[in-house]
Amino acid sequence: MFSSFLIKYAEIGIKGKNRYLFEDALVRQIKYALKKCDGEFVVSKTPGRIYLDAESEFDYDQVIEKLSHVFGIWGICPVVRVPLCPPEELCEKVVDYFGRMYGEQVKEKETTFKVFSRRSNKGYALDSMELNAFVGEKILDAFPEVGVDVHNPDITVTVEVRDKIYIYSEIIPGPGGMPVGTNGKGMLLLSGGIDSPVSGWMVAKRGLKIDAVYFHAPPYTSERAKQKVIDLAKKVSAYTGPIYLHVINFTEIQLYIYENCPHEELTIIMRRYMMRIAEMLAVENEAQCLITGESIGQVASQTTQSLAVTNEVCTLPVFRPLIAFDKEDIVNISKKIDTYETSILPFEDCCTIFVAKHPVTKPNLGIIKRHEHNLDEKIDEMIKTALETDEVIIVTEE
Amino acid sequence: MEVYLDNSATTRVYPEVVELISKIMLEDYGNPSSVHMKGVDAERYVVEATKQVAAALKVNEKEILFTSGGTESDNTALIGAVMANKRTGNHIITTKVEHPAILNTVKYLEEQGYEADYLNVDEYGVISLEELKSKLRPDTVLVSVMHTNNEVGSLQPISEISKIVKANNPATLFHVDAVQGFGKAEIYPKKQGIDLLSISGHKIHAPKGVGILYIGEKVKIKPITYGGGQQKGMRSGTVNTPGIAGIGLAVKMITSGLKEECVRLRDLKKYFLSEVSKIDCADVNGCRLENGEYIVDDTAPHIMNVSFLGLRSEVLLHALEDKGIYVSAGSACSSHSKKESSTLKSMGKDMPHMDSALRFSMSCFTTKEELDYVLDVLREIVPFYSRFTRK
Repeated sequence: MFSSFLIKYAEIGIKGKNRYLFEDALVRQIKYALKKCDGEFVVSKTPGRIYLDAESEFDYDQVIEKLSHVFGIWGICPVVRVPLCPPEELCEKVVDYFGRMYGEQVKEKETTFKVFSRRSNKGYALDSMELNAFVGEKILDAFPEVGVDVHNPDITVTVEVRDKIYIYSEIIPGPGGMPVGTNGKGMLLLSGGIDSPVSGWMVAKRGLKIDAVYFHAPPYTSERAKQKVIDLAKKVSAYTGPIYLHVINFTEIQLYIYENCPHEELTIIMRRYMMRIAEMLAVENEAQCLITGESIGQVASQTTQSLAVTNEVCTLPVFRPLIAFDKEDIVNISKKIDTYETSILPFEDCCTIFVAKHPVTKPNLGIIKRHEHNLDEKIDEMIKTALETDEVIIVTEE
Repeated sequence: MEVYLDNSATTRVYPEVVELISKIMLEDYGNPSSVHMKGVDAERYVVEATKQVAAALKVNEKEILFTSGGTESDNTALIGAVMANKRTGNHIITTKVEHPAILNTVKYLEEQGYEADYLNVDEYGVISLEELKSKLRPDTVLVSVMHTNNEVGSLQPISEISKIVKANNPATLFHVDAVQGFGKAEIYPKKQGIDLLSISGHKIHAPKGVGILYIGEKVKIKPITYGGGQQKGMRSGTVNTPGIAGIGLAVKMITSGLKEECVRLRDLKKYFLSEVSKIDCADVNGCRLENGEYIVDDTAPHIMNVSFLGLRSEVLLHALEDKGIYVSAGSACSSHSKKESSTLKSMGKDMPHMDSALRFSMSCFTTKEELDYVLDVLREIVPFYSRFTRK
């Protein structure tokens, strides 16, 4: 039935002179999303809206599914597209559309509607006011049970007269946000947990391209744990496009810290080195920020004091979109973006030996720094090795 | 070097078996129940496999039932037998160290109103015949005891158990889960007084998805699934010709030269245990030490269980994996759940032993060179990772 989609976007609409940049990015992202759909499509841009016309057979559900993952889309309207025709014939088409969409519904309950016409093809016989009245009347003739309400209708049938005629009335909500690639790039610290994928998704929604880093510590973390992180990156990449996942072997550094620093401070010192390495990777890969899934007070290393001490090693901004979220809210988002089921798989790393029974919750920066001097002899060399042995996996949605 | 020492989890399929299965799948793919030639051709393989299995077990062909594997064999044996012998009673005896396929089936039967007793084991994983005697009742309908323990390789005194069970009540049925034992020990149901015997294909170099249940001809049993009435109604469902032909050939291959192979494996086991025990924190589970020597003759020839005290088995497992060595932590079937090994716990082992236990399990493909490599790696990595323990 539908052969076109009208794509509405939200925030881009309020941009100024660089608005075209955002629109072009959105078109690009839509085209990318459609690559994975069967069928041929033409994407065209007109002021304020984007049209997507199917030029061949296609799978409706698949297209909706893919489009609902494109940031920047506020709503998707499935459109019936018919060739330009005189008003009488046009009315037949609209009545036919109305019957197919709402024929059942109007018999069952009281329903009101209005017709909203737009005539960008100024040569057309009727102007938009005339079209509204003309089409509305025909609908009333065909469906005597419906009523007209121009202020607050249950159904708004939009008829657009362009080089073809577009008829639509439904809006499927999109994810909102801004098109990926319009706001720079971030390096996401991705673990196998619930928070970090959500965090990456949230920041990407604001238009950032995402790279990710995972700290792998074999034999303390298993291949399965690594695969889980790759699977999570895949889920996120359904929204963000390809993710360059950097797998950093962290074992040597972790053991070195273990042997040379107080046990209660292991986690905090470890995190400081993770942030340092992530920042180096970010700079190397032209990312302008780090992204973490930290949330105040969730664990010992995420108290405000600990966050301050961790943050101290970075010069790039660290985006922590979940900072004030309750766990339950994070879980809800992870369910929505389909990362939850993967996140809770039980391949937790067996890093428990690195977790002190009573880790510091109020670390003192001066003391931590002093203890880090115990690592002076080898740590730079180890970081260098870790970066040199970085395994880059390009993760794309299947 | 790649060394696969996880043969109690599953085994590599014999090339000859692969070849046979492949031929059946591509050429003789008919349904044995079909009346045309393709069906007749397919049926021949099932007849041949039945013969091979019957010959290996020294039983009649009509006593062989093909199933989907060890778990189905165990379920059919337990549920099918108690349902068909309600008149004998509703009391079941098994052990605390059985595979979950038995333990959870017995638990299910308890929910259905049956009573169950679980026998204890000693520090080597062996039950006490005295305790068995004390638990037997006139209304005991079924006793189920595994032949070889999957985690530590302990062997149960099958013939003695049978004698005691039958002396108490000849109507009581005796089931043996021989999933780990078959192909690594001489098992003859008639000679050893076994009424029901479970075998799994993929533990003996046949593919996954096929198993055997021996059902003594006098045993009354009911099917647990219903359908088209294949295999004399005992197991409906299109007959798995390739799997059955495969397990038939694998049974034949693994039982020929079995005695010599068991001697070879026990020598390897003795060697491995005596070497591995020289590593500082290593402690062998399930094997007696006499005059500085491990006594392996009364244990399974192919399973070795060693704790490396102070380490975590997962860490060691992954460190070995990095060197191309594949082993299990405790029992592979339950390694994803956090709960500790039920066998080691029943043997009275403490948490440090359970947390750090690795299972090495060999097959006919295992060589001394492979074990030497594993020992070298262990000598290197165990002291290294011992430096990092939870404080």
